[in-house]
Amino acid sequence: MNRQTETSQKKLTRRDVLKMAGIGGIGLLVGAGGMKTFFPQLAQAEPSASAAASKDGIIPFYGKNQAGIITPMQDFISMAAFNLTTSSLEDVRKLFQSWTVASARLTAGQSVDDEIDNPHLPPVDTGESMGLAPMKLTITFGLGASFFDDRFGLKSKKPAPLVDMPRFNSDEINPDWSEGDIVVQVCSDDPQVAFHAMRNLARIARGKAVLHWMQEGFQRTASADPSGSTPRNLLGFKDGTNNPIASKPKLADEIVWANSAESPSWMTGGTYMAMRRIRMRIEVWDRSSLEDQEATFGRHLHSGAPIGKSGEFDDLELGRKDSTGKPLIAPNSHVALAHMDGKVKILRRSYSYSNGMDVKTGQINAGLLFICFNRDPRKQFIPMQQKLASADRLNEYITHVGSGLYACLPGAREGGYIGDTLF
Amino acid sequence: MRKQWGYPLTAIALSSSLVFTGCGSNESKTTSEVKPEAASQSEQKTAAATTPELDAAIADYHKWVIEQTDLFVKATDGFTQAVKAGDIEAAKKQYAPARMYFERIEPIAESLGDFDPWLDAREGDVPAEEWRGYHRLEKALWETKSVTGQEKIADQLLQDAKQLRVKVESVEIDPLMLVTGAVELLNEVSSSKVTGEEERYSHTDLYDFAANVQGANEIFKVLQSSVANKDPELAKEIELRFQELDQALAPYQKEQGYVLYTELTEPEVKKLSQALDALAEPLSKMGTILGG
Repeated sequence: MNRQTETSQKKLTRRDVLKMAGIGGIGLLVGAGGMKTFFPQLAQAEPSASAAASKDGIIPFYGKNQAGIITPMQDFISMAAFNLTTSSLEDVRKLFQSWTVASARLTAGQSVDDEIDNPHLPPVDTGESMGLAPMKLTITFGLGASFFDDRFGLKSKKPAPLVDMPRFNSDEINPDWSEGDIVVQVCSDDPQVAFHAMRNLARIARGKAVLHWMQEGFQRTASADPSGSTPRNLLGFKDGTNNPIASKPKLADEIVWANSAESPSWMTGGTYMAMRRIRMRIEVWDRSSLEDQEATFGRHLHSGAPIGKSGEFDDLELGRKDSTGKPLIAPNSHVALAHMDGKVKILRRSYSYSNGMDVKTGQINAGLLFICFNRDPRKQFIPMQQKLASADRLNEYITHVGSGLYACLPGAREGGYIGDTLF
Repeated sequence: MRKQWGYPLTAIALSSSLVFTGCGSNESKTTSEVKPEAASQSEQKTAAATTPELDAAIADYHKWVIEQTDLFVKATDGFTQAVKAGDIEAAKKQYAPARMYFERIEPIAESLGDFDPWLDAREGDVPAEEWRGYHRLEKALWETKSVTGQEKIADQLLQDAKQLRVKVESVEIDPLMLVTGAVELLNEVSSSKVTGEEERYSHTDLYDFAANVQGANEIFKVLQSSVANKDPELAKEIELRFQELDQALAPYQKEQGYVLYTELTEPEVKKLSQALDALAEPLSKMGTILGG
């Protein structure tokens, strides 16, 4: 049942409301405004709960691959890494089984589980998504290299591509924002739906795993840009113009999905996620000239076109020179380096983040929660980042402060669970 | 100690929603008064849920509460005598261990009127002219470093402790108080001990931390067989999480007590806090024994 239909079809009785009042939150509403003001709100919820609306915005959870990888990007992300506190593989199995069942329900727009009719117990679902549409919620799980240490006897199953992320030039990695046994990426077109899912997954994990880091992110919403043009990062530039079109199965196989050539069979249908928390020196960037900004990226700010061209999707043609014989697109510009001669590609799925003010400096603490998927990070993300870290003009304005590499598990079929090919 | 106090435990559920309204404690009184329907509803339900097994559990727990309060009075006597004798070192030594008896039974004390603010108010919790109890002497001992003129406060403290002992004799404990009380004790830890706000001068927060957990454990022990009958997995999990939390606290034991809270690093505090959440989550499901 859809979260919307659930609220209206169940038609809370007066007794139900009284019971809820005894439990918490709503109690105050009733106390302050009285029953008369409370019931009309319930009545208003009914018309919006049409059956048609409940079908909209559901990205199926079960499938060969996990959703949230090659499925179109949503507007918001809530991402967290967990560290396991249990040392029993059976507990890990149970955790992923519970997470799978919960995720299938949540992505379908349902509450995390059916409520138990006992007013002396905390509500089963935390409630903040009650009445909300599914909003294209996806939940994607991955395992960090630390998962394959001595604790669970899975050392021999560690995929070769799941290496420790090397240290790149000028990295200022904070361990508090890096790695972790498990990564969970929650994306949705609604920030509260995303938060609700992450919160309930963290609640399920209590006693088995603890939060290691958590970061929320955003991009422009679909309603702000119905045309769906390339989103801009917080430096103002279009980000993702050259992203491979992952809905083409052949390209996705080549770039994204784990291959038996380098990955173990339990990873079939999985992929590898690189995460980098990239702090942007917003104030410094804001003081640099337009010419300097465009030269840094190798693209024009407004059109997103390669320097000297007019269309965003025009060919880069890196060899072009100006009248003095200098390359139009500087070889150390971001776009030139990331191009990797067209040979190395990754699927990017990044979000901007803002964590308010940096209390030390009084500056804006914002940047990019960089996420990419690739078939073998040893041949894709890592060499690309090595190149960028050594020469990118953009490095003057950014600092990599968090880092993680994760093996994203294959999708689960109905009745199975995420990780069942491994555990 | 709680920021809103002095209301029956049936109103405790309300305080969670009050946090979001930013109401002062005066307003919370009004709110609890305009909600008689909900309160009586849960009382009726509780009465219906009582069984001979639960009655026996309550009797066991009541006996334990009385024992703790006896010890609390005795320890408070020793502490206040040291204060009145001007023996700062002896008073400091007795301060944290004496408080533990109170911290173990805090939800019961809270249900009996104003004992919590009298005994356990921190500076700023109550108007300055009304401030008395343990934390006032804590400030004198650790911050002002003088107990001159504190005799009246010491006498009052002992009198309040004795008065509490009288009241616990006849306290009415119902199963709902037990179930919510256990979680309340852990929430106490989460909201003031983990943050180091409870013992801001003496930094003996870990004593309170351990005592609150022991108090919750005592409630679980008397309810354990009831929980196991209804949900054996839940009983097993709660038992395991209590053990894990004990293990997490163990490294900080020192002689008869605990290290100062200021000696803990941030990651160590985080680990304790997460172990506490791991226990509080299943513990909050003990209400399952009260039926629907």
